[in-house]
Amino acid sequence: MTFLGMPAGSGHLHGERGFPAAARDALDDVQLRRNLGRATSTIRAKRAAVVGEVDDWAQLRAAGAAIKDDVLAHLDRYLLQLEERVTAHGGTVHWARDADEANRIVLGLVQATGEREVVKVKSMATQEIRLNEALEAAGITAIETDLAELIVQLGHDEPSHILVPAIHRNRSEIREIFRREMPGVDPDLTDEPRALAEAARRHLRAKFLSAQVAISGANFAVAETGTLGVVESEGNGRMCLTLPRTLITVMGIEKVVPTWRDLEVFLQLLPRSSTGERMNPYTSTWTGAVEGQRFHLVLLDNGRTATLADPAGRAALRCIRCSACLNVCPVYERTGGHAYGSVYPGPIGAVLSPQLTGVKENPTLPYASTLCGACYDVCPVAIDIPTMLVHLRGRVTESKGRTPERAVMAAAAWTMRDSGRWTRALRAARLGRWLRRRRALPPPLSAWTAARELPEPPEQTFRDWWGQR
Amino acid sequence: MSAAREQLLGRIRSALADRPRPAPVARDYRIAGTARADVDRFVERVEDYRAHVHRNVTVDAVLATRNLRRVVVPDGFPETWWPTVPAVREPVDVRTLDEVSAVVTTCVLAIAETGTIVLDHGPGMGARALTLVPDYHLVVLRADQVVATVPDAIAALDPTRPLTWISGPSATSDIELNRVEGVHGPRTLDVLLLS
Repeated sequence: MTFLGMPAGSGHLHGERGFPAAARDALDDVQLRRNLGRATSTIRAKRAAVVGEVDDWAQLRAAGAAIKDDVLAHLDRYLLQLEERVTAHGGTVHWARDADEANRIVLGLVQATGEREVVKVKSMATQEIRLNEALEAAGITAIETDLAELIVQLGHDEPSHILVPAIHRNRSEIREIFRREMPGVDPDLTDEPRALAEAARRHLRAKFLSAQVAISGANFAVAETGTLGVVESEGNGRMCLTLPRTLITVMGIEKVVPTWRDLEVFLQLLPRSSTGERMNPYTSTWTGAVEGQRFHLVLLDNGRTATLADPAGRAALRCIRCSACLNVCPVYERTGGHAYGSVYPGPIGAVLSPQLTGVKENPTLPYASTLCGACYDVCPVAIDIPTMLVHLRGRVTESKGRTPERAVMAAAAWTMRDSGRWTRALRAARLGRWLRRRRALPPPLSAWTAARELPEPPEQTFRDWWGQR
Repeated sequence: MSAAREQLLGRIRSALADRPRPAPVARDYRIAGTARADVDRFVERVEDYRAHVHRNVTVDAVLATRNLRRVVVPDGFPETWWPTVPAVREPVDVRTLDEVSAVVTTCVLAIAETGTIVLDHGPGMGARALTLVPDYHLVVLRADQVVATVPDAIAALDPTRPLTWISGPSATSDIELNRVEGVHGPRTLDVLLLS
């Protein structure tokens, strides 16, 4: 249970180790840091250029935030409207309270078709609920068709970025994965991105042309019309959405928008923030069952209502998964996504993951930030991530009850309330000068100095110096 | 299943017990009908994405630049623009689309600011697979179909139609975030612009 007793989400939302321990390993990986540094600086420059050419960006950003806040304030109503519209257009809507329930629903739908293989469009929701693993356990193979997801899947790896899950891999590592794992690949494959993309095209072509079932996520769903949309680049999305006879879409409940017109805002904010393009190569929208397909929509909670219950944290649900905040974050740039332990890494992950799971499951993520505010500046829906991080740090502290840190802070407060006590304490601190050759304090205070320099107390306090004048 | 639905909706209602009153949505950005559609800008932007624009020639002339001798033509494609090279007509299965590997269609509109072409898969545009499986796509666009901005496009489109927004050929940025054209969708996109 988490905020106000709402059930928490489960799935790929927290790591086995806390962020500090996982980050330490990542920081030792020079190749990883070089790959991330190059990729994030490229995308930052592209985003800045295409955002800069839009005169009304600030107004679009404010509208995006306001539309999402309206969605959240009336989420029940918009979901019911969406269900009614999708059903009217021949689709079927399913409701999933958590990851297991969503996986069971999708598995049942796939099994009903009799197929053993499904093609997938990159989707954060299905990564979050570990759908591929659930299908595999039932003997169904899920083939990831997004190039980066394919690299992650073939490399038996985990995604490390919302938009580009294989951002931690460079071209020569990708060539090695393809040579090792892709059946029938040219042994002389070069590491040219063009050659690597061509290899992926050949590998997936036959799968696309024969697939009978596809699973996708959705970037948005319009309540007023029942229209769903997927924004992509490669055409793998169009292949999956168009060719198979059965389409199953898994979508977080917060992805609904009220009106068709609202897309005029998000189709400007998302591509420019995400890939740094004026428009992504392909956007597909469809309403209900199209061109003789069978269409199922699975609406997923998995901790979203728990997030909604915290008035100071619910704005994290505005997120449109553009990943601009990852690309500007000085912490993400150095540690990469795996250190966060969640499918949602970076600044947005640091506020979203602990809310989806409850802060007890993710107590270190709200601290995985310098609070520099770059994430807030680039967020296309103006999520005030730094303020939310501080709020969540408070919730972590509350959830821990009595801790040594709390006892020290209480003692400090008592000391500082009285000027005599404070003067005496400052003088006493000079005794701490014997510590000056040590970089760290002994346990349990070592937790404080693990990430901070130990200040050296002065020979004379300011108050004593002032008193002598 | 309906228990899940009721419980999920119940959770939402309790989560909103504080009855948030969000600010109204101010649409003070550039809304539909406030900007002039600039055809030259469309050409510049669509070429930015490595699509090739031909102006006021015939469909045959464009196909000839690619040495294409056969092309899929959807039902409802205007007679006056019909190519003289052999046309493959609907219904056409996926294998044939893969084999012919070239298609010519109309579109419903284009967006100048983003270099985007939109298909609603009505007459002249074919079912969605027609413009997806072939490796080459030629779109015929009339200059009066160009709108200025994304809001202009949204206002003009029918959301109950399946829509495909196309901005240049298929591409990926998944390797070191460098853009590479040509993955699963058509690797070559030509636009024939008629004024």
